[in-house]
Amino acid sequence: MSGAPEPVFSEPWHAQVFALTVHLNDAGHFSWPEWAQRFGATLKRHGLAKDLDGGDDYFSAWLETLEALLSERDLARADQVAELRAAWKAAYLATPHGAPVHLAEERGGGQG
Amino acid sequence: MPHDHSDHPHSLLPPDPALRIKALETLLTRKGLVDPAALDAIIDTYETKIGPQNGAHVVARAWSDPAFKAALLEDATAVVRALGYYGRQGEHMVVVENTEDVHNMVVCTLCSCYPWPLLGIPPGWYKSDAYRARAVRAPRAVLAEFGVTLPRETAVRVWDSTAEVRYLVLPQRPDGTEGLDETALKGLVTRDSMIGTALARRPDGAAAP
Repeated sequence: MSGAPEPVFSEPWHAQVFALTVHLNDAGHFSWPEWAQRFGATLKRHGLAKDLDGGDDYFSAWLETLEALLSERDLARADQVAELRAAWKAAYLATPHGAPVHLAEERGGGQG
Repeated sequence: MPHDHSDHPHSLLPPDPALRIKALETLLTRKGLVDPAALDAIIDTYETKIGPQNGAHVVARAWSDPAFKAALLEDATAVVRALGYYGRQGEHMVVVENTEDVHNMVVCTLCSCYPWPLLGIPPGWYKSDAYRARAVRAPRAVLAEFGVTLPRETAVRVWDSTAEVRYLVLPQRPDGTEGLDETALKGLVTRDSMIGTALARRPDGAAAP
């Protein structure tokens, strides 16, 4: 290991999925031991195919676990998530470079 | 964030996982289950406020104050809570002391359980399969990769963290630190020395790996 400081999160989305999970745990939607069990199971499944490096692949497993858990709890259904994902993608593609990106129905609305 | 390329007609498309997270956030925010400001606060806390400096404070104090150290080894959770280090992932903390006879090392074979209030978010290698799988099976080989070679007579104990119990290693106080105060000692305590994959730094600048 080098002595250079490493960023806490190497990608913004790592931080975002981490914060979202912690927030939902704080709000009581699942317990941390329950989360750890599920997350550990996902890592194990992914690790069968290749050695996980603890970076992107780690947080991909994290996100997959969160999506499955939220879908199972009926907090975020997979079809609704897919629809919003497509809407966000379209919003990025439709927004001029450098301008803030908003979902279509929110553009010009109150969402800052 | 704006950058130099002027040939992008539209915004840079974030990677697929980022879009999936945005979708989750939007949906949960609309349902009133998520407060976006709370998410920002969580990220800020872990990026700037919580980190190995907290654990280093505890270790330096333990090196300087025998009564504190005894209490810490007896009931770490209560003692570090009194210093203000508590919260998520710190519900039950256990401190294990390195001595001439025993070197302790921490892993989470299940996922990446880690004492957040004392060390912050774990580094990438702590979360890697290579470390998680091999720390238990071949701890001396892993230590050697970190540049740590222990005397043969020193036993290595590996502690497997869980969602319920988090371990912190109390490294050995380096030689030549007799005159140093707590603040100076703190500078010798690295993150890796509290995971057990390094030794504390020596005051002559010899850096533990």
